[in-house]
Amino acid sequence: MRITAENLDSIQLNRRIRNASGAVLIDRCFGQRYIGSGFKDKKITIYGTPGNALGSYLDGASIIVYGNGQDMIGDTMNGGEIIIHGNAGDGLGYAMRGGRIFVRGSAGCRAGIHMKQYQDQKPVIVIGGGTGSFLGEYMAGGMIVVLGIGIEAVPVGDFTGTGMHGGCIYIRTSRELTNLPDQVRAEIASWEDKQAILPLLSRFGEYFGLDGRKLAEDRYYLLRPNTDRPYAQLYTKN
Amino acid sequence: MNFIYPEYELVRNAERCTKCGICVKQCPNGVHTLTADTASGAKNLAADDSKCVNCQRCVVYCPARALKIVKSGNTYRENTYWIQKTVNEIYLQAEHGGVLLSSMGNPEPYPVYFDKILVNASQVTNPPIDPLREPMETKVFLGGKPKAVERDASGQIVNNTKPQIELSMPMMFSAMSYGSISLTAHECLARAAAELGVMYNAGEGGLHESLYKYGRNTIVQVASGRFGVHPDYLNCGAAIEIKMGQGAKPGIGGHLPGSKIGADISRTRMIPEGSDAISPAPHHDIYSIEDLRQLVFSLKEATDYQKPVIVKIAAVHNVAAIASGIARSGADIIAIDGFRGGTGAAPTRIRDHVGIPIELALASVDQRLREEGIRDDVSLVVGGGIRSSADVVKAIALGADCVYIGTAALLALGCHLCRSCHTGRCAWGIATQDPELVKRLNPNTGYKRLVNLMHAWQHEIQEMMGGMGINAIESLRGNRLMLRGIGLNTKELEILGIKHAGE
Repeated sequence: MRITAENLDSIQLNRRIRNASGAVLIDRCFGQRYIGSGFKDKKITIYGTPGNALGSYLDGASIIVYGNGQDMIGDTMNGGEIIIHGNAGDGLGYAMRGGRIFVRGSAGCRAGIHMKQYQDQKPVIVIGGGTGSFLGEYMAGGMIVVLGIGIEAVPVGDFTGTGMHGGCIYIRTSRELTNLPDQVRAEIASWEDKQAILPLLSRFGEYFGLDGRKLAEDRYYLLRPNTDRPYAQLYTKN
Repeated sequence: MNFIYPEYELVRNAERCTKCGICVKQCPNGVHTLTADTASGAKNLAADDSKCVNCQRCVVYCPARALKIVKSGNTYRENTYWIQKTVNEIYLQAEHGGVLLSSMGNPEPYPVYFDKILVNASQVTNPPIDPLREPMETKVFLGGKPKAVERDASGQIVNNTKPQIELSMPMMFSAMSYGSISLTAHECLARAAAELGVMYNAGEGGLHESLYKYGRNTIVQVASGRFGVHPDYLNCGAAIEIKMGQGAKPGIGGHLPGSKIGADISRTRMIPEGSDAISPAPHHDIYSIEDLRQLVFSLKEATDYQKPVIVKIAAVHNVAAIASGIARSGADIIAIDGFRGGTGAAPTRIRDHVGIPIELALASVDQRLREEGIRDDVSLVVGGGIRSSADVVKAIALGADCVYIGTAALLALGCHLCRSCHTGRCAWGIATQDPELVKRLNPNTGYKRLVNLMHAWQHEIQEMMGGMGINAIESLRGNRLMLRGIGLNTKELEILGIKHAGE
């Protein structure tokens, strides 16, 4: 079903999507929020710019955006897939627990913060460009890959992985990665380390028409937490 | 040098003690030891006071009534400035170098405004009502109320009521997560709420699968860590609460240590076993009322606008302005938690020094929302130190729609306020995950005691309402003429919006 979003507000648009049967194509999307919130099994294709909290609590549905996304894409996402053929705003994949997000361009601040994993649910975010500060802050599980395509400088901002206590972050860059917080241990990823991201890179390549295999040949940092209990020694029982 | 003389001393009445050893089994901290003389076979019971937290478990379970716990009385050289507690805390920190951690609500001697407010009763004119003979309505509906009756083109009334929570009495059990308390304690709260027709609040640790059947009486919480939050969880509850703050620890988050994340808690929180559950102080997506509105509406969207959304904050200095913002964020209910509110663990300094009394916070919020003409857009729920039905009546007359009850509910389950929840060794099976200790709380007895307590308070509320000549709790809400202050200064009376006794 095709929905022209132009003159609909968020609530009207989401109601139309919820009531539609089968796959939904939305065109002329102008910042309508909460699209796909909590959806389990729909395929939504969007032309234009979906607003904040796209695919929040997403639970199995898939969303493709031909355009840029805004803030809080995939907030508390539990499963499913979001593909953005542009840039993403702040708070991408906040507290995400499952599913996958692929962004062709860059993401704003706080991407993947508080990501966690649970049993066989292992969330993944792949970002083609760079990110702002606080990437993977408080990260407790899952995987973030930052490819830095077309970015000369270090492709991540400050405070990457602050308070990180689980999961891992791959960053593709030929630059020196410095200024990392104490909670993070960084090393150059070995070929074995890269095995984990190979399928993601080929999928990324497939979605956006790039050679994923070739991307894997470059130099990556692998960031892991220094400890899984960063706050263990903080307290004295009174 | 690190020795601090125990604050409490165990006194054993040798004449009554039969040396049965029940105290040894009941104490989770290893205070009591039973030894037998190898030669004579004579039994001996000894106690190590330094391990005692004064939970009263052994006292209650001693069949011979041979035990009591008293203040040990060891006294430092008297000093009204450097009191013993202060000095001991310095010794502790000098030894361990950590942030002091405590549990339950602020125990310090700040003013208790509930105790400086008196309730009215009718005499002669507008006579009292006998609650045993007349109907007394304690039912409340929480959620925004429509401003006007709407009609469609044909004159039919349009249902413009927003989603509501219906409660048989103006009391709910406040948020306590599975993790901070045991699953049995959660079950007691859930069953009691279901039988009473009220709500309990699952707290921020997700919801155990065995409790989904109580969904109609459950408020599910969404906190900064988003533990256990997924669409089925959101849709299971009767309402969704966004936890922005907690009265016992305003402005800070929570860390449930990995040691407490066993298999079951791992499943409800949806994180691996043994991993720390860190709830950051802020929601990192909320830096403004507009951001809050976004979370409110994403939750409404995920639940098809069927559930009221509660925003819970701690009572802090600018609470009235904050509440005004929340009322405009699209939230249906505002919950305010005062500085006496309990906790499973909080830094001592935060618990004892941050936040304000709920009575003042409530009065100023209600006043502000009325002045701005938005009071009916939201319901107000207050918690943080509600000790009796009298506190409930006073809170409602100050402007609350309903109260949250936490500490009092735990007391009904057996808690003796030893304030050692953070050790995870609760002798009463409430604030622990140790299977042996959890077994001590009987869900059938526990839930029944909660039902008894709430029914008793409901009757008392009806008695007080009757005395005031009021037959519906809605007529008491914000009815500050029913209150008078005693021993309060002009400023305090002004904030509370009440007159002094005798006026």
